[in-house]
Amino acid sequence: MELVLSAGIGVLTASGVWLLFRPRTYQVIIGLSLLSYAVNLFIFGMGRLRVDAPPVLEPGGVGGLLTHTDPIPQALVLTAIVIGFAMTALFLVVLLASRGFTGTDHVDGRE
Amino acid sequence: MPFRGALLAPAAAHKCCSIHGPPRSCHFGKIKGNGHIEIAATLLLILVLAPFAGSLVAICVPAHKGTASAWLSGSIALFCLAISAGLYPIVAAHKVLRYDINWLPELGLNFSLRMDGFAWMFASLITAIGLLVVIYARYYMSANDPVPRFFALFLAFMGAMLGMVLSGNLILLAIFWELTSIISFLLIGYWHHNANARDGARMALTVTGTGGLCMFVGLMLIGHIVGSYDLDVVLSSGNLIRNDPLYTPVLILILLGVLTKSAQFPFHFWLPHAMAAPTPVSAYLHSATLVKAGVFLLIRLWPVMAGTDQWFWLVGLAGLSTLLLGAYFAIFQQDLKGLLAYSTISHLGLITVLLSLGSPLAAVAAIFHTMNHATFKASLFMAAGIIDHETGTRDMRKLSGLFKYMPITATLAMVASASMAGVPLLNGFLSKEMFFAEAIETHKYNLLDTLTPYVATLASMFAVTYSLRFIYSVFFGPPPQDLLKTPHEPPHWMLAPIYFLVFSCLVVGVIPALTIGPFLHTAVQSVLGEATPVYSLAVWHGWNLPLFMSLIALVGGIGLFFIMRPYLATSIEGPPFFRRLEGQRIFERVLVTLSWKWARSIEMRAGTRRLQPQMRILVGVALLAGAVTLLSQGFKPANIILRNIDPAFALLWLVGMVCAVGAAYQAKFHRLAALVLLGGAGLVTCITFVWLSAPDLAATQLLVEIVTTVLILLGLRWLPKRIEDPDDQLMTISTRLRRLRDLGFAVFAGLGMMLISYTIMSREMPETISSYFLERAYGEGGGTNVVNVILVDFRGFDTLGEIAVLCIVALTVFALLLRFRPATESLEAPEQQRVQNAFDDDHPDRKKGDSIAEYLLVPSVIMRWMFPVIGMLAAFLFFRGHDLPGGGFAAGIAMSIAFILQYMAGGTRWVEERLRIHPLRWMAIGLIVATATGLGSWVFGYPFLTSHAQYVSLPIIGKIPLASAILFDLGVFSLVLGATVLILIALAHQSVRAPRAQIRAAKLAAKENT
Repeated sequence: MELVLSAGIGVLTASGVWLLFRPRTYQVIIGLSLLSYAVNLFIFGMGRLRVDAPPVLEPGGVGGLLTHTDPIPQALVLTAIVIGFAMTALFLVVLLASRGFTGTDHVDGRE
Repeated sequence: MPFRGALLAPAAAHKCCSIHGPPRSCHFGKIKGNGHIEIAATLLLILVLAPFAGSLVAICVPAHKGTASAWLSGSIALFCLAISAGLYPIVAAHKVLRYDINWLPELGLNFSLRMDGFAWMFASLITAIGLLVVIYARYYMSANDPVPRFFALFLAFMGAMLGMVLSGNLILLAIFWELTSIISFLLIGYWHHNANARDGARMALTVTGTGGLCMFVGLMLIGHIVGSYDLDVVLSSGNLIRNDPLYTPVLILILLGVLTKSAQFPFHFWLPHAMAAPTPVSAYLHSATLVKAGVFLLIRLWPVMAGTDQWFWLVGLAGLSTLLLGAYFAIFQQDLKGLLAYSTISHLGLITVLLSLGSPLAAVAAIFHTMNHATFKASLFMAAGIIDHETGTRDMRKLSGLFKYMPITATLAMVASASMAGVPLLNGFLSKEMFFAEAIETHKYNLLDTLTPYVATLASMFAVTYSLRFIYSVFFGPPPQDLLKTPHEPPHWMLAPIYFLVFSCLVVGVIPALTIGPFLHTAVQSVLGEATPVYSLAVWHGWNLPLFMSLIALVGGIGLFFIMRPYLATSIEGPPFFRRLEGQRIFERVLVTLSWKWARSIEMRAGTRRLQPQMRILVGVALLAGAVTLLSQGFKPANIILRNIDPAFALLWLVGMVCAVGAAYQAKFHRLAALVLLGGAGLVTCITFVWLSAPDLAATQLLVEIVTTVLILLGLRWLPKRIEDPDDQLMTISTRLRRLRDLGFAVFAGLGMMLISYTIMSREMPETISSYFLERAYGEGGGTNVVNVILVDFRGFDTLGEIAVLCIVALTVFALLLRFRPATESLEAPEQQRVQNAFDDDHPDRKKGDSIAEYLLVPSVIMRWMFPVIGMLAAFLFFRGHDLPGGGFAAGIAMSIAFILQYMAGGTRWVEERLRIHPLRWMAIGLIVATATGLGSWVFGYPFLTSHAQYVSLPIIGKIPLASAILFDLGVFSLVLGATVLILIALAHQSVRAPRAQIRAAKLAAKENT
């Protein structure tokens, strides 16, 4: 489980970093999205991987890390997903505006 | 249920007023039942805050109501003076009045005000001279100037100065110190249309600001040595500070602050340029207050820092050279205010020399001369201002014989300059005699100490010369030529402050023991404590060496003046030889070199404006930081265990990895394919969340995935067409190498992340704060879905910040797209629409656009009917959020999908004819509801965002959790919905605007053709 997921994180990171260095704005956006998957999974993994652990308490009950999933990484990732979306949207629009102004989709605004 | 958010733990403001004394003894703490002390301590706070409050009021006074602001400032200054006077009995009993508010106790930073005799003396000086200067400025300032701004700044400066002298905490002192620098910058640059004023202000700020920064570091080091920033603790730790190995750096740093502020050599050059300020500013800042701040700190720290060899040499050398050079330069000034500025520099040097000696008697003389200098110098500045006002010039070559026109001003100025020159029966004489007596004494056996009496006599002789010159060239001689107007006496009230100051010079000079004596003693006692020496303030000490030195200086000075008079009458500004070594020019050259030449060359060599190298540096540094930390801390990767691998999970991630690599490979030439593959990787992530017991994340990830895909799809339309991959053979070697290097970076980063995450994930989980949340989520947050309870309750403040970010992003996107101009090549209709329109044209029974309308007819009907279904889903997600996976985020995004589906099904126009969507309003409502929920808990007396939870039974729906957090979540829902819809719609609208742009472009082309 851990090995597979960490390999997945590694490949996502590598693809993301590769795309970050590319000259086209669209490549950079895709790269950032891949990178944010990797980072989200990484943070999520900090709470350790649990299969079939209840994420929700019994009404009136008290939870513990032995019986339940770790809520903190999940809460962190939940906000990260939404912020990641906002970031993608902003970059996309900046990309479009830059393309409109400069006539090219190169990251520096010129070929 | 009272609950304290982890982020929101404001330190309970703890107030404590106390009095303790005698100085440098133990803390008595809070004295109970001592009512008048508590009132006095509160008065201390009012004393500091009143000028700032007055400043805020004054800045609101309309520009033409200058007199009103003058009255306001005058009453504030009078009020402060009255408070100060009222507090005298307490400090006179050798007690220290304190007012403490715990501000950031963790950092040792408390808002503590502290008044002892010495601080009281300075506070009275600041308020009294402040009042006099206000009266003077009321008549000095022209109605054409923005007078309220002047008084607002003036009051703020007074407040900063009072705060500085009354600070009971070193950090607070540094804050007020910087504040005085900043406000003095604004005051010097008051006439900002004048280039000299701007340059002078900037130079003053640069020099004193840099010094202040050094001093701040020095004060922090003192705090480090002593273990507290509290002034009382510091003042009782003298031996600790002097014996610390850090003593010398501390001393140098603090002296840098002190010497720049008090315009001591070699940092003196800013003061003459600061004379571009209005004269009331010079009279206040450059005689009594700002420049005395350095001296103040020197005296304040004297008990704990003085007496060492380093102190003697550093302070003594600076003081002695300033004393002599200042007096020498003053002789050669042609500008009245320039002469006074250099004289101030010289007198501050005198005080510095006294403090360098390290003897208590010298410290007494220093404190005494601080007061005396303030009185005679302020009155002289005011007199210079009157002369400037009445004649239109301050150039001594043009002025002469003014005695006939303004006898009162002339007499007053003469008495004040006599005091400056140290003529007997005036206050300047007394402190100068004390200075001479100390200069003769042997404190250390070295050259500097031997030289001091000679330098002192010489400087005093120069002082007589420039004082005489000031009087003689302005008031005597033939009547003035070429003046723009005929001078006459100024308004009576403009002279009143000078009357008062000169009167004080006289009274103190004649009967010192009866007038200034007790106050001086209180101040001295509070600084020196038990070391207070026996001193006498008598005018006549008999025929002794200091008196002979005075006589030599007096006679020599008069002689020197008459020898130099012909030269000075026509000479150019500045002393011979030294005028070439202008401090200003050196300063400016250094500035240009530092901030322009060097900065440019560093930017040229090390900087780049291209994104790709920046990205490489960024990732490279991150990799290096990670690698170095891991390797140096002995990182051992966990053993790789190949057992227990679920084949389905492995297969899932095989797909995920192929998607990721595929997206990376296709992103350049097949954008749509890359987007699909990106979505694949996102789905794998989403399934992983489900698999690993995180349903909340899975739901949110899935919904965000949909919205992101739609968003990028909308954007694809506006990207340039990319031609197919050119032949790989054509790639140059450098391109190949570059790609190889990037690949190396990528592989290294990927491997690193894999290793780290694997190692951490295969370790035991340590105890974290998660158990805290798991234990309390139901009991205190009233929900069983711990993730949601954390978001809307425990860490509600974080979430509030986050939705605010989302709000800002959405508005930015909206604003950017308002001005969006697509590239002309993207303007024409997409190929599919052109084919469909051509089909319609070929068939006579069809109208143009029919095919487009019929396209995907069945799916679009389904999509329209999905609207209520998705709305229901969103409501469901929202209400169960507190107890089961869901919540405001997921619900908001789900609802936004419902809207965007309508756009996709019917087109922008169709939707907007039928639905009025106001995403901006939803965002506003969301933000207001979330913030108001947070503020609501204040009404019930709980900290911001405290939540209250309860279950409510509703018919049909059943029991639902109704925490006040659900209101907060409603705000989150509304904002997320608004922001997402705004972003998507703004982008979708571009296709509506495109046809218009197309028509414009066609018209333009037609015009060019004709």
